[in-house]
Amino acid sequence: MINRAPLSLLYLNVLAIATCGLIYELLAGTLASYVLGDSVTQFSFVIGVYLSAMGVGAWLSQYILSNLARYFIEIELALALIGGVSAPVLFLAFPWIDWFRPLLFGMVFSIGVLVGLELPLLMRILKEYLDFGDLVSRVLTFDYIGALLASLLFPILFVPYLGLVRTSLLFGMLNALVAWWSTYLLRPLLSSRGLERLRWRAIVVTLLLGVGFFKADQLTTLAEENALGGKIIFTTHSPYQRIAITQKRLGFQLFLNGHLQFNSVDEYRYHEALVHPAMLGNEPPRHVLIMGGGDGLAVRECLKYSSLESLSLVDLDPAMTQLSKKFEPLNRLNHGAFSDPRVKVINEDAFIWIGKPGPQYDAVIIDFPDPGSYSVGKLYTTRFFRLLQKRLKPAALVSVQCTSPLVAPKSYWCIVRTLEATGFHVRPYHAPVPSFGIWGFALASMSEFDSTPLPFDRVQGELRFLTNDVLKGLFELPADLQPMDSEINRLDNQALVHYYDSEWNRSD
Amino acid sequence: MISRRDLFHSLLGISAASMIGCGPRVIPLQGELLGPDIGLGHRLRDRLSLVPAHADWQEIPVIIVGGGIAGLSAGWRLQQAGFHDFVLLELEDQFGGTSRSGITGSFQYPWAAHYITTPMPENMPLIQLLQEMGVVEDISADGVPVVAEHYLCREPEERIFCDGVWNEGLYPGHGASRDDLQQKSEFDASMSTWAQKRDAQGRRFFSLPIATGSDDSEAIALDNESMLSWMNRQGWTSPRLFWYVEYGCRDDYGLPLDRTSAWAGILYFAARMRTASKDSQDVITWPSGNGHIVQHLTSRLSDQLRSGQLVCQIVPPHNQDEPFGTTVVAYDKQRQQPIGFRADRVIFALPQFLAPHVIQDFSARTGRSTADFQYSSWLVANVHLRGRPQENGFPLCWDNILYGSKSLGYVVSTHQSGNDYGPSVFTWYYPFTDISSMQSREKLLKLGWADWADLVLADLSLAHPDIRSLVTRVDIMRWGHAMIQPYPGFVWGPARKAAAIPDGTIHFANTDLSGIALLEEAFYHGVRAADEVLLARAS
Repeated sequence: MINRAPLSLLYLNVLAIATCGLIYELLAGTLASYVLGDSVTQFSFVIGVYLSAMGVGAWLSQYILSNLARYFIEIELALALIGGVSAPVLFLAFPWIDWFRPLLFGMVFSIGVLVGLELPLLMRILKEYLDFGDLVSRVLTFDYIGALLASLLFPILFVPYLGLVRTSLLFGMLNALVAWWSTYLLRPLLSSRGLERLRWRAIVVTLLLGVGFFKADQLTTLAEENALGGKIIFTTHSPYQRIAITQKRLGFQLFLNGHLQFNSVDEYRYHEALVHPAMLGNEPPRHVLIMGGGDGLAVRECLKYSSLESLSLVDLDPAMTQLSKKFEPLNRLNHGAFSDPRVKVINEDAFIWIGKPGPQYDAVIIDFPDPGSYSVGKLYTTRFFRLLQKRLKPAALVSVQCTSPLVAPKSYWCIVRTLEATGFHVRPYHAPVPSFGIWGFALASMSEFDSTPLPFDRVQGELRFLTNDVLKGLFELPADLQPMDSEINRLDNQALVHYYDSEWNRSD
Repeated sequence: MISRRDLFHSLLGISAASMIGCGPRVIPLQGELLGPDIGLGHRLRDRLSLVPAHADWQEIPVIIVGGGIAGLSAGWRLQQAGFHDFVLLELEDQFGGTSRSGITGSFQYPWAAHYITTPMPENMPLIQLLQEMGVVEDISADGVPVVAEHYLCREPEERIFCDGVWNEGLYPGHGASRDDLQQKSEFDASMSTWAQKRDAQGRRFFSLPIATGSDDSEAIALDNESMLSWMNRQGWTSPRLFWYVEYGCRDDYGLPLDRTSAWAGILYFAARMRTASKDSQDVITWPSGNGHIVQHLTSRLSDQLRSGQLVCQIVPPHNQDEPFGTTVVAYDKQRQQPIGFRADRVIFALPQFLAPHVIQDFSARTGRSTADFQYSSWLVANVHLRGRPQENGFPLCWDNILYGSKSLGYVVSTHQSGNDYGPSVFTWYYPFTDISSMQSREKLLKLGWADWADLVLADLSLAHPDIRSLVTRVDIMRWGHAMIQPYPGFVWGPARKAAAIPDGTIHFANTDLSGIALLEEAFYHGVRAADEVLLARAS
């Protein structure tokens, strides 16, 4: 018999399962809006699928005729597993699979069905001991309190302090504990056959999720989140680098090895300044080379020229170029750059690639990370630039991202002087990018060229930062960005890496 | 049978044995134990006497015996002088001797010697060779060669693993006391002083090739004591300094401090400093090590090269002026038949210790003994990796050294090609410094491939605990007579001096004639012997 005291404990069960259910729904909605973007759509879809699945669950509950308590516990366990691993599984899977949406909605649907089964079963268990009016009012009261708790605590407590992955695993554990506890609470309604096994299964599920909770650090650490200053919505360790995407109120940010690569809010300033000066040479560019720039944002700018016939992008890391295509907000930000048939991706170390024979280009965009290590520093050496020259048509323009001339003037001028040492004519220029500060670039060509920009008539599509006057102004160096002497960066001295190290360490 | 722990202890040192001696023995899937053709080589010792058939005799004015750097350089010099009537005979299938290299797929790697330093202006013949190879692009107004950027060792060049962390450079500075660092700077200052020193004729005290340096008595006096005793006399006591200097001696000579001549010990540092302001001449290297130079020379000489030829006997003429009076008998490995050559001049470009075995009545006629020529044994392993091991501290360099290990660490073959990710080949070096050379050769021959592979990986595991999981293949080369030993008294003693003097029509060319094993020396002697032959033919 269930006496009065455990009855109130059963209401606690209702509270717990209601909280868990809504948390899973919120997790799915948040995760979908992170990785697919467009939060209104994603939340609507997730809520729609979830609610209809609950309906399906409620309808299915009529077919469970006996062993109600046993079924209830089994459902709790299933929910603990699927709900608990939902966020980590979706996070790990999304950059690598083409069927992310089916996976997402499949999980939401399964969770919805299981949650939909819970309450009807519990109410039927309780109906023996309460009159119908009491039953409905009390169960629904605790259900709504649970929903309130979940919706308040999720944004205030769980997302900021635990992150999506840990929250998901934590509530999975709570679900599994409810199952374990219910084996005692509902003991009179359970046959003793297989009871011990059921308890052990509940413990194993709890432990598994617990291990996941503590191992979640390998996916994202709170320390990393603090360092990157945003919620981490995606991370991976490729053989080449650590890739992380964070989300802030206004946009998302890409980090490689902890260094900001762009912020979706103001990246257009950087990429317009990087790309268009090199594309506005005398002849409309037909064949263009981008080195680095696996985010596809420079590609987006290049695709604004109807003269473009082919674009080769050489980026070391397939994980990065894949992500730019698969991560929906980024794919949207780069206007589906990697789906354009003119774009060819080559995943290779640019230093090795540039040493091989190949065609010549009308324009080259160099968008490597900052020279913070020897393996990047080699991409700014006289050797590299000399090999690059073999791949240039005589009038080709090359634009190079050159770190901040304000924070790291020696590094900036080292790149400019190194370009000059190999025979390039170089025009230094800069652009303000709020997320980065004052950023430095260099425009180079083997032929003498005039940096007075051509009108933007050639550009098909919107420019948000550049105008003719603004472009002209970028080549005017303010008093605090004046030229200075520097060593030449060579393979056998890597002077740039040493400059960069000391200048950025000083600024930190 | 020696236990694994004892083996580690005696070959790698105490720290290695204590750390991994008790760990499981995990051996890579594949590999080979290689070595110079020992079976065939030893037939020489047994004085194989063969008589070629009448039809197998040829008359060729000049025969070069030995296809290492000395022999190839002699051929290069002859060809450069417009003389093409010669043949070079090499025992092995592959040319290059201890400068040879290997290739697997797209990876090239050295099998022994793997770098040279940028030659000083006085070493004109070597500069010419490097110009021909496109390595030297230009010569500045003051005669200094300008080396193409991609042939100079790429930064970061070298690092040392000490107290669990990698640091830049060759000196174990991590955890060094102030006194250690003080002694290190005293040592550097001393080497710089020796590097600046000139004799009355304006020659540098220490120079490469050593023939361009001074024979001033102050320099030569250094040859009479060991580097250890000389350092003790300077009042130095820092174990780190001794380790650092001994590393150099083991690296270039295969000798410990107490068996290296002080002259040779100082040469290692001082001969490569051009000015007081510069540390050392820039290193020139290739993914295949000095095999790159071998590749160039063999492609230049392809018409004259014959491999698989075991030269068994050289018979000098009764009368030196007799045309084609010197006979050379070789055993053709492929045809399994002896062949004979009649020549005017022979360049013997093999190590000296072989001269009494090959040249008829050598000791009796010349009165020379080769007993003073002692050689170090080496082991070189090429470790093929599917990926890069984990790192702690300064990133992977070209040269990577383990402080405290008796190995010399490893060189990364992919470094110079700019390849920083994925598969690579590490070339690991081990000189047998502790034991007398006869003993160590026997030890070398007794151990099998699995013993060596185990040892190599145990040493690398000290710095890279995950390396065993990345290894796909370990190939091991045993070098029995890899390096001539500049022990005290040898370099400036009578035996070395006498050995370079021609024996009638037979001229000598090998790095051991310098008392040190360096490509620069082998090249010098090859060119010198070729010049002697050209001069003799002109008169």
